[in-house]
Amino acid sequence: MAYPLRALARVLAASGLLALLVLVAGCQRADEGRAVFRGLDLTGASYGRDFRLTDPEGRERTLADFKGQVVLLYFGFTQCPDVCPTALIRAAEVRQLLGAQASRLQVIFVTIDPERDLPAVLKGYTAAFDPAFLGLYGDAERTRQTAQEFKVYYKKVPTGGSYTMDHSTLSYAFDPQGRLRLALRHEQSAQDYAHDLRLLLQNL
Amino acid sequence: MKRLTLSLAALMMAVAAQAQVSVKDAWVRATVPQQQATGAFMQLVSAKDAKLVEARSPVAGVVEIHEMAMVDQVMKMRAVPGLELPAGKMVELKPGGYHVMLMDLKGQVKDGDMVPLTLVVEGKDGKRQTLELKAPARPLNAAAQKDMSQGGHGAMKH
Repeated sequence: MAYPLRALARVLAASGLLALLVLVAGCQRADEGRAVFRGLDLTGASYGRDFRLTDPEGRERTLADFKGQVVLLYFGFTQCPDVCPTALIRAAEVRQLLGAQASRLQVIFVTIDPERDLPAVLKGYTAAFDPAFLGLYGDAERTRQTAQEFKVYYKKVPTGGSYTMDHSTLSYAFDPQGRLRLALRHEQSAQDYAHDLRLLLQNL
Repeated sequence: MKRLTLSLAALMMAVAAQAQVSVKDAWVRATVPQQQATGAFMQLVSAKDAKLVEARSPVAGVVEIHEMAMVDQVMKMRAVPGLELPAGKMVELKPGGYHVMLMDLKGQVKDGDMVPLTLVVEGKDGKRQTLELKAPARPLNAAAQKDMSQGGHGAMKH
């Protein structure tokens, strides 16, 4: 009597294992189809669609100017002694990690302190990290609208007869079609950034 | 002669202060022309419990001790009234934490400049000591050691 029971158990175990294998294979196949980003996937987001800002030469720039390139967009201010240099140093390192593909990456630094970040300061500042970086600014109202469109928080905080700025530190990445795809966090490494930007450059 | 005595006294005071609090690896982030603020970073060790209560520099109109904090991906920078220096413990002012904020800069801080800094340290007994130092300016794109440890400064191709 025990014999057929054992056989049944064996069949069940085998089919269970088979089901598990099918499941595992299925998962792997699903993963191959879509890119796995290390940043926050914002594909299909209804915000962060475009900007209209001015470069240090006085030209108006929008996302359409960077078609075919991956754009890494960061909001900050030049008087920032800590996070902004760290973000721009990382962006310069990302360009090195991308090697020959670096020419297809445009790093953009948007000031949330246009009052003090005059075009010459902005230009000198971004160039100090990498001459290929672009600084953009708008007037107070345009800055406010842009930050709102990108869900970027910034606030003037008085200190010592002067002021400093609180601000969001996410970096946004756009694919070569100009669509917002990712938000990368400040604590992520240059390797994480390069990994995700490479995927965007492959049109994933 | 009087001058010599005075400067000798100043030197001795500085030596005495250095015995209390030592400063290592002080540096200032260089700026671009017309940039009005930057930060100074360093490592402090105090022999006895003390507090860094003030910083001054002739290159800046306003100098404050700042703490940087990240709250929900938002960077906030605030002046703190002082920075505790527990006895024998290294306190690091570095990107991602504390810094001496130099505001209303009187001119550009160029890479390689030696920036004079005065630190005022207060002991538990309320006695204040001043430390004079010169911190070299490092390029604007100088990274803190810590930021590189995550990933791959060693693996980076130059």
